[in-house]
Amino acid sequence: MTGTALLFLVLGLGLVGWIFGRARASGFVRNAKGGPRGTVNSLPYYHGWFVAICAVAPALLFMVIWQSVSPALVTNMVLSAPAAAELPQDTFARAAILSEARAIAQGFQTTAFQDMSEKLVPLYQGALSYYKWLGVAATLMLFFAGGAYAFTRLKPDFRARSKVERVIMFGLLVASLIAIITTLGIFASLIFETWRFISMVSPFEFLFGTDWNPKSAVTPGADNGYGAIPLFWGTIFIGAIIAMIVAIPLGLMSAIFLTQYASSTVRKWMKPILEILAGVPTVVYGYFAALTVAPAVRDFAVMLGVSNAASDNALAAGIVMGVMIIPLVSSMSDDSIAAVPNAMRDGSLAMGATKSETIKKVLLPAALPGVVGGVLLAVSRAIGETMIVVMAAGYTANLTANPFDTITSITVQIVALLTGDQDFGSPHTLAAFALGLTLFVTTFFLNYVALRVVKKYREAYE
Amino acid sequence: MNKAVVDLSPTDWNGHIMQKRIASRYAAERRFKALGFMAVALSTLFLAFLLFTMLGQGLRGFQRTEIAVEFDFPTLTAGATAASVTGPNADAALNSMDIPGIVELSVGQQYAGLGDSLLTSAAAANVRQMLINNPELVTSKQTLWLPADSRLDVAFKRQGEPAAEKTVATLSEKDALRTGFNWTFLTGADATDPSAVGIWAAFKGSLMTMAITLLLAFPVGVLAALYLEEYASKNRLTDMIEVSINNLAAVPSIIFGLLGLAVFLSIFGMPRSSALVGGLTLALMTMPVIVIAGRNAVKSVPPSIREAALGIGASPVQVVFHHVLPLALPGILTGTIIGMARALGETAPLLMIGMRAFIPAAPQGFTDAATALPVQIYLWSDEVNQGFVEKTSAAIIVLLIFLLGMNALAIYLRNRFETRW
Repeated sequence: MTGTALLFLVLGLGLVGWIFGRARASGFVRNAKGGPRGTVNSLPYYHGWFVAICAVAPALLFMVIWQSVSPALVTNMVLSAPAAAELPQDTFARAAILSEARAIAQGFQTTAFQDMSEKLVPLYQGALSYYKWLGVAATLMLFFAGGAYAFTRLKPDFRARSKVERVIMFGLLVASLIAIITTLGIFASLIFETWRFISMVSPFEFLFGTDWNPKSAVTPGADNGYGAIPLFWGTIFIGAIIAMIVAIPLGLMSAIFLTQYASSTVRKWMKPILEILAGVPTVVYGYFAALTVAPAVRDFAVMLGVSNAASDNALAAGIVMGVMIIPLVSSMSDDSIAAVPNAMRDGSLAMGATKSETIKKVLLPAALPGVVGGVLLAVSRAIGETMIVVMAAGYTANLTANPFDTITSITVQIVALLTGDQDFGSPHTLAAFALGLTLFVTTFFLNYVALRVVKKYREAYE
Repeated sequence: MNKAVVDLSPTDWNGHIMQKRIASRYAAERRFKALGFMAVALSTLFLAFLLFTMLGQGLRGFQRTEIAVEFDFPTLTAGATAASVTGPNADAALNSMDIPGIVELSVGQQYAGLGDSLLTSAAAANVRQMLINNPELVTSKQTLWLPADSRLDVAFKRQGEPAAEKTVATLSEKDALRTGFNWTFLTGADATDPSAVGIWAAFKGSLMTMAITLLLAFPVGVLAALYLEEYASKNRLTDMIEVSINNLAAVPSIIFGLLGLAVFLSIFGMPRSSALVGGLTLALMTMPVIVIAGRNAVKSVPPSIREAALGIGASPVQVVFHHVLPLALPGILTGTIIGMARALGETAPLLMIGMRAFIPAAPQGFTDAATALPVQIYLWSDEVNQGFVEKTSAAIIVLLIFLLGMNALAIYLRNRFETRW
């Protein structure tokens, strides 16, 4: 019996428990004297839920714990068998044989590459099935014990509803806490791996070095090629400079045109069309940038007389990224222009200013904080964007301001460092986490400032 | 000392200077409006250009070039009967026929001198499938249309290598080429030969990943939204939850991939590149989107509903689950669909947890090594072989159809069920 089957069995039995609990409570209601419900405190289905929760919750909790504990128990049982005495003492060789034998016993793998593991397969099969059935038996026992306890407590005056509602409130709180747990998990894992990284490579080299050419074996004190300045520059150049040169004018002007000039029919059709730009997956943009935009940009550069134009140039990635950001800038500008009080616009128009003068001299200055907040959010989106730069920009770290040259970014290097065949503790992997932490802190800061600016600005006009 | 002369006469609006000034201000107005129009037009043009490029290249990916090959089955199979390739022993009978050998022999006889790789690497498997579908074929001489090799496919559809073009010209003279619908592309899996690739495996991987994501992110997101909007008291914990959710919604997706790698793979030891881990990672990413959409939907339910329910004796939990939640559900569903569409198009976090492996068969379970549609697009885009270009674009078309469909559904739901109070 697999875990999934057991899960469905427990849930199915839970439904049976629900039906039983409800039926019993319905009996109370039928036999009640005085009034339609008599002294029965809760509706019958609350009794049903009480039984189901009491039976299923401990069983599920046990299943989760058992899932994480039983592998170690299985390994212990195999190791205590006499045949396991022949295992090599070397930890790595030992672990390799054990994991292979386990994979074969579970059916993930068919042939063994090491002779020793073949001998352990029957042992593993035995241990696995022993602990599996033990787990199944314990789960079912817990289920029936919980169910029986709940069932005996059902009485006409039993406050089933308040008990069930307390469980629901607890569930709501737990669901909300998952957000905090996730944030803490991100922070903890990034900081922990970064800590391991800076114990190998000096943080000064990482933050201020200009040579990015990561070596897989590091020597303390020497230059190991982990200077991330070219990556920071590449990220800023593509995401905060080129992309914004495209996105700010186009996004802002689109917002102005659609809110101030366009007829309502045009607006009704054009807004969703612009929003499609935000819905296109980034991998599609990346493919488009690499296949169509980048060669065109290179040809253009060659026409201009730039001889060393690369096919994976920064400009193509930046332009396409800018287009992707247009809807974000546009909708943020839209919101902040709409938030400007009508009295200001009406006053300006009444003084004889044309529409464009009103927009340029009154609406935009008033909406500026909101627009700036939107731009900051857009920058944070752009520097965290991965697929466009991975596919269209290059892998070579290059400290240059030439948009036709190849350039790399933080996200590209995270992908490059993690998709090799390194084990988890190698400096390459850890460097990816250090880059990830830099990215996380930067975007966190940008988002925080952007949201503060937007909020302050809203309050100013309310 | 000259006193400044103050002109007290009214402005002459019809005068030459004023008319000129007004004309230039109106010209500026028109220029500004034209700039705005151009911005919208440029963005739309870019979108149209992108879609047309993908369509132009991708539609060819749904077609394949087929070559007519004549099989003299009675001779080649030493008189196999239709009955021998049906029933329980069909597999063994087909294996003993040496179909790859038969194909090679037949092609060699008919198209001698045209090189040895005319057909796709999956041709033998195709013949085998045809025989299973229609056992009668083995009893007579048959002409079967088999998919051509990728080089010929490219050369027949557009410009290819000179050698392949020459072969195509020779074959066309013999009337042995035609274009057919590429079923393999919809039913197959990844392969090294572009003429044999399909998206089903990646698509199934995406579906399984999305199932896990939906199963986790939807309930958690809805419950968290209800808690924050309806029950949470204003305190430090609530503030922390709100900051976390707003922040998580803006964290770059690749960071979630790093979290998945560090926590699910290396601490919990879950199977690498499985739909389970992919779904968990994307669920963490989608949950804040659902919470934010859910809160807005719950907020828009008017307080009178809650007060009425409380007034007739409902408990706070009953108020929310019997009255507020059903009324807010359309809004929550719209947000969920948009969040799921974003997760479906997401690539970077899945690369981090190793879903970029070569997957030659569709995953059977949630812990099998799998890949997802966007990742498959990324992998194919990296291939040097020219035949992959149209396959990549075709896969993009499939992905875009699903994403646009989901977004359209969300808009429809919003318009159909949104209540204005």
